[in-house]
Amino acid sequence: MRFVVEFRDGELAEGLITSIRRTSKRKVRFMEFCGGHTVSIFKYGIRQILPPTIEMVSGPGCPVCVTATADIDKAIALALIPGVIVTTFGDMLKVPGSRSSLQKARAGGADVRTVYSTLDALKIATENPDKTVVFVGVGFETTAPTVAASVLQASEQNIRNYMVLSLHKVCPPAIRSILDAGEVKLNGLICPGHVSAITGSNAWEFVACGYGIPCVVSGFEPLDILQCVEMLVNQVEKRESKVEIAYRRGVTPEGNLQALKIMEQVFEPCAAKWRGMGEIPNSGLRLRREFTQYDAEAAFEIKTEPAVEPKGCLCGEVLRGVKTPLDCRLFRKVCTPENPVGPCMVSSEGNCSAYYLYGDNGGR
Amino acid sequence: MEDKILLAHGSGGKLAHDLIAKSFVSALDNPLLAQMDDSAVFEANGQLAFTTDSYVVNPIFFPGGNIGKLAVCGTVNDLSMSGAKPLYLSLALIIEEGLFLSDLKQVVDAIRTTAEEASVKIITGDTKVVDRGSADRLFINTAGIGIIPEGVNISGSNARSGDKVILSGTIGDHGIAVLSKREGISFSTELESDCAPLASLVAEMLKVSRNIHCLRDPTRGGLATTLNELSEQSKVGIRIEEAKIPVRDEVFGACEMLGFDPLYVANEGKLVAIVAEEDAEKILKAMRRHPYGKNAVIIGEVISEHPGRVVMKTLLGSSRIVDMLTGDLLPRIC
Repeated sequence: MRFVVEFRDGELAEGLITSIRRTSKRKVRFMEFCGGHTVSIFKYGIRQILPPTIEMVSGPGCPVCVTATADIDKAIALALIPGVIVTTFGDMLKVPGSRSSLQKARAGGADVRTVYSTLDALKIATENPDKTVVFVGVGFETTAPTVAASVLQASEQNIRNYMVLSLHKVCPPAIRSILDAGEVKLNGLICPGHVSAITGSNAWEFVACGYGIPCVVSGFEPLDILQCVEMLVNQVEKRESKVEIAYRRGVTPEGNLQALKIMEQVFEPCAAKWRGMGEIPNSGLRLRREFTQYDAEAAFEIKTEPAVEPKGCLCGEVLRGVKTPLDCRLFRKVCTPENPVGPCMVSSEGNCSAYYLYGDNGGR
Repeated sequence: MEDKILLAHGSGGKLAHDLIAKSFVSALDNPLLAQMDDSAVFEANGQLAFTTDSYVVNPIFFPGGNIGKLAVCGTVNDLSMSGAKPLYLSLALIIEEGLFLSDLKQVVDAIRTTAEEASVKIITGDTKVVDRGSADRLFINTAGIGIIPEGVNISGSNARSGDKVILSGTIGDHGIAVLSKREGISFSTELESDCAPLASLVAEMLKVSRNIHCLRDPTRGGLATTLNELSEQSKVGIRIEEAKIPVRDEVFGACEMLGFDPLYVANEGKLVAIVAEEDAEKILKAMRRHPYGKNAVIIGEVISEHPGRVVMKTLLGSSRIVDMLTGDLLPRIC
């Protein structure tokens, strides 16, 4: 398997680790923004092989985890409207809302279907002309272009019973919000790989220039991450702060212009609620006015009760990097992958799920 | 138009009688089945093992096998994992109205050849037909009886600190092969399910050593779940090495693409053996001489630390916990 196995080579890793150990003098804290990175770091035990000078904290980069409870409630309410088929990606089904989940709604008779891509959702729409098919769009810049493309396709093919509940979010404003809050002091940022493949690494210039924090975009294999950490350590020791790419096979400074164009054509920025972080200006994406007919929020009057956060759940603090799952009294005792209390235990990229599955010593 | 199963085939009348006689009794012919009484009557002396399993795999035909082959292998393997020599199986089918008779024939053919290979006889059976929509084409249940040879004592609770953990071959082949034909995901691959009866492999292992402590086939939940079950049952820790676990390129690639971990993907023709250290090499050699064990490897050992936990040395030399499968990786793969 070319381009994968090579990036898991133990000997090459040893070289990188030696170099990191030799170079790293100052005590630093690096955040990996993306949940995909968190999983790789835990899966390969990367925290334990880094020198004690380097502390790693996990960020909010899991789209399922940061979806606000009120938005989950909205998706559930939509599913309960007669004649509506709700389609979404698998992880969303189990995420607890205030009083229910999409999975429970389905067990109660609602038509909720898991799809692997928006193309499947469009297919369901054409096969069920008497129903309205709503795709619950959750995701960052990586997913939003494909959802935008599905709206354009529906428009071209005149599919009138396809709609989107857009809960999409964009990453840079969330990072700005964490840095402005100042709760966690960071000396380096492992920038998301797939998101950067779309946005380009230029999207992080404001972190390096504005906040003086070194930034390196990383891939998801262990060698990618080690190389990224090595580059961050080098910047720190040289007292530099710039944006670099440790994932050249996937990311360019400019990003994927075609995807960005489609995304911009269909969506416009709006304020969005992030679990644990509150409302962040310009961090959400809503359908532009020309595409109102595909906007589930415009088409339906979605009634929900005020959202209730699960008592004792620390997902919010965990997402901001202020606390770890080990600080949560529910972790492993009440909250497990089978009976998740908060979304970070549900999502395969969630922080709590990574701690639960790969070792709760935090990898140390 | 191609012949199909009708509701009347399950009515107990003439059509049902003909179906049973033509499709099953003649195909699976043996003296005990031919008795045609309400029960098969047989003699057996010694310690017996008894097991049952239902098969609802979707789709019913997949690369490397079909639901019939699976229904024999699964139950034969469950018997083999107790160290038993499988003797007899029961076979019960729940057929959805409208199944092509040609499809049924193909399934029964697979049942026959697999049973022959495993040296088991199907000695009793049942057929029901349900209305369209009440089942998904074909469900099968088999139960099996086997006899445990003198001196064999194999159980999931027998693992001892110092034992070696042997895996009989590559992991994840069955799960990915079935998935590759699943509607909504299908992708093309040369990969075939590893579905196979392991009775003769276990017999070869038992010939060279009686120091086999645990045997288990890592089906649903994959290798990771099986190792966790064994460590919990035996109250020991298990340490394995990622670099030693054989995974085919096709399985590796599909898992990368779909976000699965091969450790959790199902197998239907593999076994994990936990054996006394002094006999490990001998058993490994015997396994490698057998076609279903030719890629066998020692992947780790049993330790007294952290009972109930499985820990893996990663490719980078760090270590991490390997937990049980949580939730559903893939529904209806067996």
